[in-house]
Amino acid sequence: MKRLCLFSAMLLLGFVSVFAQNGGELRFCLRSEPKTFNPLLVEDEASETIRYLTGGVLVRVNRITLKAEPNLATSWKVSEAGKRIRFKLREGLKYSDGTVFSAPDVAYTMQQLMDPALHSSTGDAFRSAEGKLVAHVISANEVEINFPAPVANLVNLFDTVAILSANSPQKEMAALGPFYIAERKAGSYIQLKRNPYYWKKDAAGKQLPYLDSIRLDIEQNPEIEAMRYKRGEIHLINTVSPAIFEKLSADNASIRDAGPSTDTEQLWFNQVPGSPLPAYKKAWFTSTNFRRAVSEAINRSDLARIVYRGHAVPAIGIISPSNKFWFNSSLKPHAYDTSSALHRLQQEGFQLQGDTLKDKGGNVVEFSIATNAGNRARESMATMIQQDLKKIGIKVNVVTLDFNSLLERMTQSYNYEACLLGFQNVELDPNSQMAVWLSSADNHQWNPSQKAPATTWEAEIDKQMRAQAASGDEHKRKQYWDRVQQIAWEQEPFIYLINKDALVAIAPAVKNAEPSVFRPQTFWNVETLALAR
Amino acid sequence: MKAVRVVAIAVLALTALTILGAYYLAPAGYEQQFRELPQATPSIHHPLGTDELGRDRWARLLYGMRVSLVLAPLAALFTTVLAGVVGGIAGYFGGCTERGCKLLIDLFLSVPWLFLLITVRAVLPLNVSPETSVTVTFALLGLLGWAASARVICAGAKDLMKSEFVWMARASGFSGFKLVRLHLLPNLRGALLAQFWISIPVFIIAEANLGALGLGVAEPLPSLGSLLRELQDAVMLRPEPWRLMPLAVLIVVISSFQVLLNKQEVRT
Repeated sequence: MKRLCLFSAMLLLGFVSVFAQNGGELRFCLRSEPKTFNPLLVEDEASETIRYLTGGVLVRVNRITLKAEPNLATSWKVSEAGKRIRFKLREGLKYSDGTVFSAPDVAYTMQQLMDPALHSSTGDAFRSAEGKLVAHVISANEVEINFPAPVANLVNLFDTVAILSANSPQKEMAALGPFYIAERKAGSYIQLKRNPYYWKKDAAGKQLPYLDSIRLDIEQNPEIEAMRYKRGEIHLINTVSPAIFEKLSADNASIRDAGPSTDTEQLWFNQVPGSPLPAYKKAWFTSTNFRRAVSEAINRSDLARIVYRGHAVPAIGIISPSNKFWFNSSLKPHAYDTSSALHRLQQEGFQLQGDTLKDKGGNVVEFSIATNAGNRARESMATMIQQDLKKIGIKVNVVTLDFNSLLERMTQSYNYEACLLGFQNVELDPNSQMAVWLSSADNHQWNPSQKAPATTWEAEIDKQMRAQAASGDEHKRKQYWDRVQQIAWEQEPFIYLINKDALVAIAPAVKNAEPSVFRPQTFWNVETLALAR
Repeated sequence: MKAVRVVAIAVLALTALTILGAYYLAPAGYEQQFRELPQATPSIHHPLGTDELGRDRWARLLYGMRVSLVLAPLAALFTTVLAGVVGGIAGYFGGCTERGCKLLIDLFLSVPWLFLLITVRAVLPLNVSPETSVTVTFALLGLLGWAASARVICAGAKDLMKSEFVWMARASGFSGFKLVRLHLLPNLRGALLAQFWISIPVFIIAEANLGALGLGVAEPLPSLGSLLRELQDAVMLRPEPWRLMPLAVLIVVISSFQVLLNKQEVRT
């Protein structure tokens, strides 16, 4: 009888534990309304979240190992140094509306994605040269895609390409991912439901995802989001500010620091020759010694400790150390050293007279740092830099502008002196940095759209960037990219300040969560997330 | 009631003294960053603790009061004078002049301030000192804030022009400046004062909001507005009530002014 009771109890416990892996509604917030539900046109973070949760992709990059894993494709083969890729697809898959998935869907998606009329930024990543993409359907489960020129990091790029259905009446709303959009109230919420045809199963053969649904509330205010998390109304916060992180920690809420992210915050000087700045200021800003002196006079450790409350690390260069493969580990952080800064300035003819630094023409060294209004962390960093530079006699005026005005000054009138902004580096591959580091690029912020490189070091960067983009050998690409990092570290066109930590909040009720420093930090493994009952 | 007035006068006198003596009362410069003590709780060295950059909150409050409680009343005075002139002329002359003035008022009320201020910020040079930035901000507020008050003054002046005592004065030969000085202005004084006092807190709050456009007080200079902006972190307030001090100061000072204003209105 005892044995029977024990057996029954074990059976019940087993049932409860299996049951705990199933069902329930995961809730979290989007900071804005998604601008599109078309996965090929995604540009904003909210649309990216919807694409991640609903889109079926050929390969998925594991956010912990950073390796591409089979998804809709069971295998793939890259040939001609990244000019051609052949995918073998999973058989018997269906979209959320029951439409059958096959190789023509992949060909259709790639043709749509690369259509120049669509202006898809996802497609831009595949555009390595002029010419048309050709997608051959080999069989119902095999497809080959040919690009006009080799594409660097080709396999991982498919992580962002959600495969559309060529035949579904629901068009892009037919989902191959773990969830599909079931309901939407503009400005309020988006309800996702489990895709009944999702192909993936867990180790025990149980169909994934475990969750029944996901409710995404639109909430712009991070303070309210934090309060809702504290009250248990939502389960996840993907990015938490350091202040809220500390407050939630003090309240014993479940919150985690996943380590330094790939995002950077940087300061740069306007080096545009045609900018309306006086000639003597242009001379300061194009001087490597001046930029390096400013860099050495900034106490990055204080920025990380005070502004980010210890949840950031002093930046070394373009790439965060968390991007382990592509980071040039021979580079060391720029030391905080005001005497070395003054020495560099003296080499350039600057002189400290009392508390004021003057250039060789007798001009007082004073400039403004512009940043976007409303970003408290950037305003605080600019204020701290103001005090740091005061120590070497430089007067800094901090100016906060609305983002559009700032953008207008940065990209059209070039009427600014220094700017403090950040980059969200979603892509880990250096190819994603082409739009910033090529001297001809529009986003080459300190001196954009150059007809020919203005300096020898920019010419060298152009050469190395083009070489890495054309090479199919990852180790060679790493060597080229290391050299670019080295030049950027020496010349400091961008004075990198800090790398923020990825701070996330995950309610204890959420099981199987493995936060990553890469987006989407908390729900990258959404199909295996479960809610404890 | 008398006791309340005495308290109000005492509060205002104390505020004035505090503003004047900020240099001696502040334990440190308002811009000095004690980087080893960010977000410190109140202590003998820092009576209101320190802010997120380690700056003494008490020092910032003293200098912030100086900036806001001097410049906001000046801007309010400017706006009240403008409102009095435009509204008074409209009410006094009536007819086409009134219609013209009202058109101007409607024009000013319909102008989207936000875009106007963004445009102003766009044409201002970036390299301006915090002192210039704050002066420009309050001057703009004074220049743009008069229209709603002018409507009130216009309506008041129009009513007065129809009143029996004004008719009698005109019948007795009073006209022009003499009529305005002896009969209109004294009777509009209450409305003008009310508009003046209302404008002060409105401008202080407006300056805080303008910070979002980069038009407010530039760092490191503090103002009551910029200190009030820190209260946006609602989630942090419960354990740090001393951060509410700028709000408390604003309420106490404005209430004290209101107490005195009410008494003066009774007299008039």
